[in-house]
Amino acid sequence: MDMYLENIIDHGQNPRNFGDPLDPADIDYHDDNPFCGDHLHLTAQLDEDGRVKTVSWQGQGCTISQASASMLGEVMIGKTLDELKNFSKEDLLDLLGIELSPTRLKCALLSLKVLKAGAYGLKNWTGDDEDED
Amino acid sequence: MTKTDQLTSPLDIQAIRADFPVLNQEAHPGKPLVFLDSAASSQKPRQVVDAMSTYLLHDHANVHRGIYALSERATDAYEAAREKVRVFINARSRREIIYTRNTTESVNLVAGSWGRANLGPGDVVVLSEMEHHSNIVPWQLLAEERGFTIRYIPVTDEGLLDLAAYETFLQQEPVKLVSVMHVSNVLGTVNPVAGMIRQAHAAGALFMIDGAQSVPHLAVDVQALDVDFLAFSGHKMAGPTGIGVLYGKRVLLEAMPPYMGGGDMIRRVTLEKSEWNDLPYKFEAGTPAIAEAIGLGAAVDYLGTLGMDNILAHEQIVVEYAMERLSEIPGLKVLGPGPDRRNGVTAFVMQDLHAHDTAQLLDMEGVAVRAGHHCAMPLHQRYCLPATTRASYYVYNTTADVDALVEAIYNARKLFGI
Repeated sequence: MDMYLENIIDHGQNPRNFGDPLDPADIDYHDDNPFCGDHLHLTAQLDEDGRVKTVSWQGQGCTISQASASMLGEVMIGKTLDELKNFSKEDLLDLLGIELSPTRLKCALLSLKVLKAGAYGLKNWTGDDEDED
Repeated sequence: MTKTDQLTSPLDIQAIRADFPVLNQEAHPGKPLVFLDSAASSQKPRQVVDAMSTYLLHDHANVHRGIYALSERATDAYEAAREKVRVFINARSRREIIYTRNTTESVNLVAGSWGRANLGPGDVVVLSEMEHHSNIVPWQLLAEERGFTIRYIPVTDEGLLDLAAYETFLQQEPVKLVSVMHVSNVLGTVNPVAGMIRQAHAAGALFMIDGAQSVPHLAVDVQALDVDFLAFSGHKMAGPTGIGVLYGKRVLLEAMPPYMGGGDMIRRVTLEKSEWNDLPYKFEAGTPAIAEAIGLGAAVDYLGTLGMDNILAHEQIVVEYAMERLSEIPGLKVLGPGPDRRNGVTAFVMQDLHAHDTAQLLDMEGVAVRAGHHCAMPLHQRYCLPATTRASYYVYNTTADVDALVEAIYNARKLFGI
């Protein structure tokens, strides 16, 4: 199991788009992973075409959760909310490029969980198919 | 085994390790398992598993029911285990030993039975900031229903209970019950319960000990302590899961209403009303965990043969060594007091390496530790820590295990460039 690939450690230690919450923001949501105490606050602004212009997120947690938020932020920029809507658990895991045990999956998915809740109101999103709607 | 163990441990740890086949395996190819999570659940020696399997294969029938030889044999084995537990904690009577599922259920039993009958508006229950959730949540649930007040003994920066605040609670508030853990599952602190019990009694309050982390590691004598209730779990003391114990003073248990209704706990049932069975059966509704109780009895035999004082002495060597080695690591801080006031666990935080990553990286080296809040979120909030990494030790751990832990931590730091 090679979880700590170089790019994961790099994103974990040098998170992209990490900063104070944007105000005003078109997306503004935060959530916790009670299992390990990870916390994530994600904000984003859209331009006049509805594309994500700026992302700023803050959080604390393990490398997996921080790297996941860093990578997701990069994906968001330049896309419309429609284009982002179908971004799935599998897409995020492909991006991370590592295999995760069920408990660590929750770390990785916190960023996408916050996006799904903040952008689409899916507050109970878990990434499992039956919960998609 | 390292030299340190050979020179000072009163026990033959290699012989003990041979009783625990689970310890003799690789966690990952080429990485022998180093099990340092016994505070969550200990491993089980062959003797315990053998006792359970003999019972299940040859002696099983329901207890307290059948008028045939097999059922009587099962009942005898089940009750013999109760007697072993009685001797182990030096209770006066076997009727004071109530089988439960675990510590959590034992605390819930006291809250749901004694608490519901005796607590109301104006009353105070004293807990502490270092409690495990299992000794907080049952009281919060009951407080919502009964309207009493919960006070928490603060924890000092060093990881000790603030006994001055405790004394103030007892003197200034109508405290009916104090319920405190004997040994902290995070800080390792051994709380001075003997003195705290005397203080509580002087103030007219009852005292319950959460013994989940003490009964497996040190001799607990309920009569010498004069404690009113003691809760503990089988699975942290070399026994199986699914069996725990509530000890209660007989006079208190006699006066308490049943906790659950059902078979075995009644003397007489009519459609209008029922009469309760004698202790301990009043609190043991339904078919119990018979094999698990017998396994607990075998665990008590096993620990008794080793000797609780020897177990404690050995673990102190390992914990002291762990404190020493861990403190050498730059940026690593072990929570809790010095080795003379702690037992069994070392929880730590490291600069620049999250507890969850630490545990994952240690697992890659075969070292099994736990990361998180260890069911003590208020304690972690007290120290402003989201999570800690915890290595915990039992009689089968050696200073070599500590060396493996420390080496794995250095490897993890290297990977992260710190």
